Amino acid sequence: MATVAVPVERDNYINHEYGMRSWLLTTDHKRIALLYLASITFFFFIGGFFALLIRLELLTPAGDLVLSDTYNKLFSMHGQVMIFFFLVPSIPAVLGNFLVPLMVGAKDLAFPRINLLSWYLYIIAGAIYLHCIIVGGVDTGWTFYTPFSTAFSNTKVIEAGIAIFIAGFSSILTGLNFVVTIHRMRAPGLTWSRLPLFIWAHYATSIIMLLGTPVLAITLLLVVFERAFNLGIFDPTRGGDPLLFQHLFWFYSHPAVYIMILPSMGVITEIVACFSRKRIFGYSFVAASSIGIAVLGFLVWAHHMFVAGISLYSALIFSILSYLVAVPSAIKVFNWTATMYKGSITFSTPMLYAMGFIGLFTMGGLTGLFLACLGIDVHVTDTYFVVAHFHYIMVGGAVMGYLGGIHFWWPKISGRLYPEIWGKIAAVTVFLGFNLTFFPQFILGYLGMPRRYWQYPPEFQVLNVFSTAGSTILAVGYVLPMVYLIWSLRYGKPAPDNPWAAAGLEWTTQSPPTTFNFDETPVVTQEAYDYEHIPAPPLEVAL
Amino acid sequence: MSDSPAALETAHNPQLRHHFSDMEQQTQASTFGMWLFLATEIMFFGGMFLAYLVYRYWYYDEFAAGSRSIDIWLGTINTAVLICSSLTVALGVKAAQLGKQKLLVFLLSLTMLFGLAFLAIKGLEWYDKYEEHHVPGYSFSAADLIEKYPQLHIDPRPEQIYFSLYFAMTGLHALHMIVGLGIFSFLLYKAIRGTYGPDYHTPVEIGGLYWHFVDIVWIYLFPLLYLIDRKPLR
Amino acid sequence: MPDISSIWPTGASTVAGNVDRLFLFLVALSALMSVAIFITIIVFGIKYRRSKGHEATPVEGSTPLEIAWSVIPLFIFMGIFAWGAVVYFGERTPPRDASEVYVVAKQWMWKLQHPEGAREINTLHVPAGRDIKLVMTSQDVIHSFYVPAFRLKQDVLPGRYTTLWFHTTRPGTYHLFCAEYCGTMHSGMIGEVVVMDPHDYQAWLNQGDAFGSLAANGDSLFQQLGCPTCHRFGVQGRGPVLNGVYGNPVQLEDGRTVVADENYIRESILSPGAKIVSGFKNIMPVFQGLVNDEEVNELVAYVKSLSPPPSGASREPSGLPAGAETGNPKD
Repeated sequence: MATVAVPVERDNYINHEYGMRSWLLTTDHKRIALLYLASITFFFFIGGFFALLIRLELLTPAGDLVLSDTYNKLFSMHGQVMIFFFLVPSIPAVLGNFLVPLMVGAKDLAFPRINLLSWYLYIIAGAIYLHCIIVGGVDTGWTFYTPFSTAFSNTKVIEAGIAIFIAGFSSILTGLNFVVTIHRMRAPGLTWSRLPLFIWAHYATSIIMLLGTPVLAITLLLVVFERAFNLGIFDPTRGGDPLLFQHLFWFYSHPAVYIMILPSMGVITEIVACFSRKRIFGYSFVAASSIGIAVLGFLVWAHHMFVAGISLYSALIFSILSYLVAVPSAIKVFNWTATMYKGSITFSTPMLYAMGFIGLFTMGGLTGLFLACLGIDVHVTDTYFVVAHFHYIMVGGAVMGYLGGIHFWWPKISGRLYPEIWGKIAAVTVFLGFNLTFFPQFILGYLGMPRRYWQYPPEFQVLNVFSTAGSTILAVGYVLPMVYLIWSLRYGKPAPDNPWAAAGLEWTTQSPPTTFNFDETPVVTQEAYDYEHIPAPPLEVAL
Repeated sequence: MSDSPAALETAHNPQLRHHFSDMEQQTQASTFGMWLFLATEIMFFGGMFLAYLVYRYWYYDEFAAGSRSIDIWLGTINTAVLICSSLTVALGVKAAQLGKQKLLVFLLSLTMLFGLAFLAIKGLEWYDKYEEHHVPGYSFSAADLIEKYPQLHIDPRPEQIYFSLYFAMTGLHALHMIVGLGIFSFLLYKAIRGTYGPDYHTPVEIGGLYWHFVDIVWIYLFPLLYLIDRKPLR
Repeated sequence: MPDISSIWPTGASTVAGNVDRLFLFLVALSALMSVAIFITIIVFGIKYRRSKGHEATPVEGSTPLEIAWSVIPLFIFMGIFAWGAVVYFGERTPPRDASEVYVVAKQWMWKLQHPEGAREINTLHVPAGRDIKLVMTSQDVIHSFYVPAFRLKQDVLPGRYTTLWFHTTRPGTYHLFCAEYCGTMHSGMIGEVVVMDPHDYQAWLNQGDAFGSLAANGDSLFQQLGCPTCHRFGVQGRGPVLNGVYGNPVQLEDGRTVVADENYIRESILSPGAKIVSGFKNIMPVFQGLVNDEEVNELVAYVKSLSPPPSGASREPSGLPAGAETGNPKD
């Protein structure tokens, strides 16, 4: 295990070839991962900008910063950009693309050109959506509910729908690539039960991407057709059913939230194992829970529709199923905690993000129990309680997992170490800013403040001010890594091949890896997370 | 693994992509990938089939009338055309496996001809609908159906839903046909250049899989759209 | 009205207490679980930290532990489900003799019609200590009728009725919000529910404009539109006799049996061909476009008045399986 930085720059996937063409026409999964990293970061800041405007408007009860129509566009586009152009791709397209071949001991994904196509589809979709924003945006809510979206909205619904449709294809192709790679390109000796749990998580995610996204595609297409060609499929004045739209929409959009969280859980598992210097507790249960979440996640969609007009009996069934899907998530939290038992723990930046994830995901997940509970949901659905719940999971969970993963694998990806002290500062800032932003929203929701409100009764102001204050701190926490990670590309210490002394085939390669990853196909003889036989790095590198 | 005779042989196969260890892995990966893609297509069409299911249950009479108003003969001819095209595709795969290049080129061309015939007939049907004011939208009128089928209880408003689904489903199917024709143009071009033979014909196989899938979707669409209620009305 | 410093909403319906109890239980449970996990992690983090020189001890896993922490939460979850389901069931089964108010939502206001004839916009006056059932529809997009003090909301859909019932407790003025995004002034589609002492409520009713009761207006509309031509009284005409229809099963000529609830009556007016009563022909004119939502409400109220007042066990029109046969989505 090399723990001394290598001073001379070796041939790697970054310096192997120079020039725009070599990047824009690359089929190297690692370069494609970096292309994605740049693009999704761009969209993250666009979505984040919308969020800041929303929070600024909500500082006062009156609608005095922007027009109501503008506000409606802001929350709609914040949601669509963050979900479809940031969260859904994030970990799979950046860390997954980079690491899946490395972790299974392959030279690349099964279909490298389709991988590049996937990125181009994302870019085309993003360009269309940007254009949509510029020419006026969309105000249907990220959920496009009919008949408002089909017959009443005066905004660019068709453009937004087409952009998201194309982005969905990007997602499907990524999932397809992962499934085939994991099935067919594992190194000799790498049986399913020896796979890193990051791979299991991405496998489960890919199943959802493959089976769920097409349903969103057809749903959006039908909305686009209705607006463009005046078909009346969802039009109640022509016998159409707005609830049909909701069923079709949520059939994808609920599994979509598992697309957004499962990869993050995979990241956390890798980090917790490494920084506890221990095999993950209950490997097969954690693997099974990923698959369990993927399967059960397809059975609970109508818990978004408890007050929408579904029958009492449907509601009961979906409530029970929603409680079932909570069990595998709970299992993961317990297993991560148990992994720390009798470990040898260091609190480097990735571990701080992982700890933050476990705390915030636990809170977000527990509030899911409130929402699955019919009696409570009737009161808190469509209020800020739901907004707080999903932000705890997606921001407190998924984004923290993403940032933790970026930091953990940064030495491998860039060949540089990030400044550890700034990493810790940013992690703590994000954690504190996040809680201040979103915890008050649980209270607001129970008090009855509905979501998507441009103006609100004055008694809700104090909590809104806390929330906005938190969001400014959160914003700082997100800008910090942008700055120091880019700084580290030039001025960071060169990274050893395995600075964390972590287990996993990716760490046996160079930092950064060569274009073809491995000089020789590795042969796997050990179980995953073989920390027993890996000496820990010196303390000064870890801390 | 890298010393087996098969690997030594295929190590020289010019079609082997560098990230695969051997042709077998490449072929299996490609085929698996196509099956997965077809699974996504099932989910895609599935959403529309669900909408169809729900509305047919609620508006049976309107669907029955709509179904009677489309030409069963043209639909049947189209079904036969597509089934024949699937036959030529399957024969084409066989030809590729046996290295019969001229036969392969002929069969691929015939498949495309059948595809074009299908689209032409589909265009005819759509034109008929346009003439009869059955295209949903401002010029839609179900008056002719109400008059023609007094035994059915036709509410003109949901009658549009049948036709909306008709155009959406056959339209998306036709779009997939067009994409299929594009794929087969590419296969034809490569076949003419002699790319496919016993050592390498995976693209023909997976192109064939796609074509068969589009055919199967039509096999479902045909009875669902054309054959809802054809018994004589009293 | 709740004041700025409160973080707990007032309760003004019988359901509010049930929901609050359930909520507080879940808060306690969640706090317990969160604190347990956080403390465990912090303790492990400190006790097993590497800088103390601690080496990791391999621990594979423990199947009994896995089973325990899967099954125990599952049981707890099922318990929470059951409690929530009981509360929910109560919320969705209105008593048969609840007083009704018709609600028509439109972008961006609430229109309310009391059966006695009073009409309101954005404000709903109701007496305290009574069962009230709202029969709601939308003129345009989906809205949602939300009263935080009651802990209740129900989406309001175009093209069909949805219902919401509550038993008011304490007099006061409470927020009414639209809780389903509906466009430009979604956040302006707010109002008040004014719960009044029953005497004050009666006085309020009496001093209102003389609109005439909903059913009486429905009666005159019924005459105006020529309905008695076919729907005669006492003798069978070309259409079914309407006395006693509401609330009872109806045999259709395709063999199905449906219950004549509000949605059935509404559909029979706006789309009569959807369900033909056994023994009759499909000759009723379509009234879609000839009557607006408020007028449909009046007609529905009138037809309901032709049936004896309900007694006995509570029943929600939309909850029964037969309600799904109305050609409109299940409630």
